Amino acid sequence: MSAKPAHAPARMGDPGSGLKLFAIAYLIFIYGPVLFLPLFSFNDSIFVAFPLTSFTTKWYEQAFADEKMIGALISSLQVGGIVAVTSTILGMFGAKAVTRYQIPGQGLITATIMLPLFIPEIILGISLLILINSVGISLSLITVTIGHIMLCTPFAMAVLSSRLHGFDRSLEEASMDLGETPWMTFWRVTFPLAAPGIVSSLLLTFIVSFDEFLLSFFLAGQEPTLPVYIWSQLRFPNKLPSVLALGALILIASCVLVVVAEWVRQLGTSEQKVGV
Amino acid sequence: MADNIIRIEKVTKQFAGGAKAVDDAHFNVERGEFFSLLGPSGCGKTTLLRMIAGFEFPSEGEIYIDNQASSLIPAYQRPTNMVFQSYAIFPHLNVFDNIAYGLRKSGLSGGELKRRVNEALGMIKLDGFGARRGDQLSGGQRQRVALARALVKRPKVLLLDEPLGALDKKLREEMQIELRQLQKSVGITFVFVTHDQEEALSMSDRIAVMVKGKVLQIAPPQELYEAPGNVEVASFIGSINLIDVTVKSVGAGEAVLDGAGFGQLRARAIDDLKAGEKLVAAVRPEKLALVSSRPGSGSFVEGTVKASAYLGDRSHYHVFVKGRTTPIYVAAQNAERAMTGGFDTAKSVYVTWDWQSLILLRR
Repeated sequence: MSAKPAHAPARMGDPGSGLKLFAIAYLIFIYGPVLFLPLFSFNDSIFVAFPLTSFTTKWYEQAFADEKMIGALISSLQVGGIVAVTSTILGMFGAKAVTRYQIPGQGLITATIMLPLFIPEIILGISLLILINSVGISLSLITVTIGHIMLCTPFAMAVLSSRLHGFDRSLEEASMDLGETPWMTFWRVTFPLAAPGIVSSLLLTFIVSFDEFLLSFFLAGQEPTLPVYIWSQLRFPNKLPSVLALGALILIASCVLVVVAEWVRQLGTSEQKVGV
Repeated sequence: MADNIIRIEKVTKQFAGGAKAVDDAHFNVERGEFFSLLGPSGCGKTTLLRMIAGFEFPSEGEIYIDNQASSLIPAYQRPTNMVFQSYAIFPHLNVFDNIAYGLRKSGLSGGELKRRVNEALGMIKLDGFGARRGDQLSGGQRQRVALARALVKRPKVLLLDEPLGALDKKLREEMQIELRQLQKSVGITFVFVTHDQEEALSMSDRIAVMVKGKVLQIAPPQELYEAPGNVEVASFIGSINLIDVTVKSVGAGEAVLDGAGFGQLRARAIDDLKAGEKLVAAVRPEKLALVSSRPGSGSFVEGTVKASAYLGDRSHYHVFVKGRTTPIYVAAQNAERAMTGGFDTAKSVYVTWDWQSLILLRR
């Protein structure tokens, strides 16, 4: 690996192959464990351990038969969907404000919006729980949604501000100069140009919400989200394989989602629109 | 009274916590005129243009566009269109849709809209480019699309913010001529912002010189160059030699002056001259000539060539004159073909000029 400078031109391949090895090791470290999910989900044994026994799809049948688990999945999808849309809209307002206008105390405002990113979730969870209890609202998926929006809006705003920073402000001015109102300018210029950022923001906030455990654990009440439900089932070893089956399905769905999002994004940048 | 399309009345713009970007600007732009705002960067010319467009609003004063007070009219309702410095071509739309952008609400039928856009494409000599995207165009083409997109709206005033700044020199000179011809043929008032004095001089009907937020002089190009109103304008437009003088006596249309290092000078008198008054006499480098032997008459001063530069069509000399700290700058036309000659460094020479080329300016 330590090529002498004098030999460097003849040994140009070496640093590259070292990097390749590192990259492969890295990928195995990151994705290897995840791949055990689909592997064990087809293993006909209640114990998640090698050696593998025989192939089965019964854990998938069991997963779909588990109404509570499917209910938790649907709750998580609903919460994630609402959170993604709401926090992306809020993030868009925030991003537009800080990138397009000069507001007094702008730094302080941005810091306040971004702060939830840096507060430990357990603190956020407990303080929200205390607040919600003292106001007298009962815990439900609605309180989870509110907590998640609070958590996800900074993510949305970070993604969208960098996107809005990235394009020439005079494009929006040109639109208004050509007779469009600020509202139509948003739809005809800002929105299409920010679209890749909006897609990223929707995906990111959905994933953050879907995956979130601590806030949901504190705020869910009698309606668990999927992570909370899975955590509660870990005490029962016979439930574990069907959790793996569901996990494998979610993994595949995530991959499809990311590929589709990337495809849409590329389509958006190379598309030629004709006519008005 | 002239037909003024824009009246700028005592307009001041002060940004929060900053100096005055525009300080008490007060002038008119005539209908059909090619009007330039000329000044160094940061002089407030772009801020003034943006206030006419409606992107900024005056802190004090009022701008009237076609006799309408504009402070309550947003940018999208003004009869002005702008060509942006960055061109601001919409990257998600093709050339056709860029040009058609502002026509969506005009109520034109599809066929009429197509005809208008194609006509605009023809005007900028980009027929057949409608389907191209903005990033497939060269700088000059983008500039033309921005121009067509603004002109297709048939504005009362076209605002141009340094539209030629990003182009290379040759293309810029071509576009200067083209823009000027275009302005004449469409008959729309152009307000043109630039920091390039040659550009302003060659294109404009009138030029407003702005320095540090203040409009110093508004005049046609020739007047601005040949009869600048004050020392700041004189030194901003082109180069000029400044000589501190004291008035000795004032005759009929003529003043006799005492200039440091120059002895007695003659110049055309200006209004209200008094003996003993201290002024500045200014003279352009190209109005001066160098000769090697002492002239028998006329205006001249003896000096020593300190530095010279041969530029092909002309030569520049720095001539040191006793009693002055700064050299006199002489630009001599190389009108005759000469393989040798010119004036060598350290050579003693005489700088001569026609006495009427001296301009008297008050500080």
